[in-house]
Amino acid sequence: MADIQQLQKLSTQVRRDIVRMVHAVSSGHPGGSLGCTDFLVALYNGVMKHDSNNFTMDGKGEDLFFLSNGHISPVYYSVLARCGYFPVEELKTFRRLNTRLQGHPTTHDHLPGIRIASGSLGQGMSVAIGAALTKKLNHDNSIIYSLHGDGELQEGQIWEAAMYAAANKVDNYIATIDYNGRQIDGDVDNVLSLGNLKAKFEAFGWQVVETERGNDLVSVIEGLSKSKSYIGKGKPIVNIMKTEMGAGVDFMMGTHKWHGSAPNDEQLAKALGQLEETLGDY
Amino acid sequence: MKKYTYTEKKDTRSGFGVGLQELGKTNPNVVALCADLIGSLKMDAFKAENPERFFQVGIAEANMIGIAAGLTIGGKIPFTGTFANFSTGRVYDQIRQSVAYSGKNVKICASHAGLTLGEDGATHQILEDIGLMKMLPHMCVINPCDYNQTKAATIAIAEYDGPVYLRFGRPSVPNFTDANQSFEIGKAVLLNEGTDVTIIATGHLVWKAIEAGEKLAEQGISAEIINIHTIKPLDNDAILTSVSKTRCVVTAEEHQMHGGLGDSVAQLLSRHLPTPQEFVAVNDSFGESGTPDELMSKYGLDTIDIINATHKVLKRK
Repeated sequence: MADIQQLQKLSTQVRRDIVRMVHAVSSGHPGGSLGCTDFLVALYNGVMKHDSNNFTMDGKGEDLFFLSNGHISPVYYSVLARCGYFPVEELKTFRRLNTRLQGHPTTHDHLPGIRIASGSLGQGMSVAIGAALTKKLNHDNSIIYSLHGDGELQEGQIWEAAMYAAANKVDNYIATIDYNGRQIDGDVDNVLSLGNLKAKFEAFGWQVVETERGNDLVSVIEGLSKSKSYIGKGKPIVNIMKTEMGAGVDFMMGTHKWHGSAPNDEQLAKALGQLEETLGDY
Repeated sequence: MKKYTYTEKKDTRSGFGVGLQELGKTNPNVVALCADLIGSLKMDAFKAENPERFFQVGIAEANMIGIAAGLTIGGKIPFTGTFANFSTGRVYDQIRQSVAYSGKNVKICASHAGLTLGEDGATHQILEDIGLMKMLPHMCVINPCDYNQTKAATIAIAEYDGPVYLRFGRPSVPNFTDANQSFEIGKAVLLNEGTDVTIIATGHLVWKAIEAGEKLAEQGISAEIINIHTIKPLDNDAILTSVSKTRCVVTAEEHQMHGGLGDSVAQLLSRHLPTPQEFVAVNDSFGESGTPDELMSKYGLDTIDIINATHKVLKRK
């Protein structure tokens, strides 16, 4: 496990990457990307067992991660690149013609680190369950992780998957919910309330872990460690992680408006002024 | 003209079930999933013999497709089973993103396709599935004609690396192809040589095309009969070779005219060999309840319809 200060530096750099990537092409999704930065930084730097130098689709003997809310591709790409899956320089190509860094992640262009296409919401939990079943069939005791937006939970397929995973004791699987309370059209509570999310997952038969401060690396790591402690105990695990959409850039926080909007030149400068360049920009 | 005979009628879905059972014995990577239709899909034997490799997902087809996509990661070869309607239209986006675009080695196996589902009616009689599936980039689409061929196709697709849609059905139809046939994906089967017209059929219409060929011979018309079990990739060479000889074509399928085999053939011919073509297919209509035979007659998918289409196309030569 890298020390917290190092991870903090990485998080700050990833946030710089995110705002620079979406600014460069005037499109993309900075809000959720910034909110999930600490989670993905922690996951890929100490929590997950993975090999960024020898990526294989099958990932035998490795923990696997599936991003179900594919629109937060900027944070995913930045974390993968800064872990060594592909050159950091390639972040320049995000959303540009002929890039491997498509608007939403895909296996189509063979970008190391990606094992499924996502973007159309609600599909990643099913895929993660399938991968978890194969781990069991292969007697591979690695862990499957996935990340979902809270708005994404409005998709019916999520609940088909949730029912299946509990009924079939898929207990080598940790799903994390980015519980930021916001989606494109506004607050989740106003668009379509999720009600009592913890009670819903418990009623479906899941082990629920709550991470109260999803933008605090220590809290994120604690939440994931607690989640891992339930592996192999007969239930799928959900980590309901409270985050702030836009975390790290003051004017992107407290609103849903930066879900899918890119900053202009002036806004970029303001954002970068709040994010120290720690590891070098691409 | 070769005379085709059969000793019994069997359902193509049972060919799938037996093929899957054999794969259970021969290929340890094959796994199967079903959405509460194990009996209808004839997956009982595979399940009984390979309980650890069988996944009952309940009535949740979207989840089934996603789980199948995930199972491939780590080397499994998933075969999903449900009715054709729930295998395609209901889960189109899941197949598109998690299977086809993601390039996953999933075999989508679909029974009760078309009108011959019978009495359940139009909600279940999908006639658009071939079109839906063939539009997806790199999706292989297979529609075998009888029990033996469905069994052979089931075994063959396990060896093919990539997504496949395998379509079969419920009614008992003449089982006339060789029990030990080799099944080559993308290779048309020339059933009878002829000089006046090429009749290209798929699935349950293949036997009717053979019957039509016999009746046409009595009328002095020499029909070349081709069984297209693989609609995509289409065997362009076989079709062009035949049609360049006969100079007219009838296509026959248990599917909508829009989006089916006939469309694929017309597209090929319009680019390489513009040719008069008639379509035996459902003409922009939903089905309804009835016996399979009644429905095939009412919707113009019978032997007589192939004969009539042939007479029509011959006049256009």
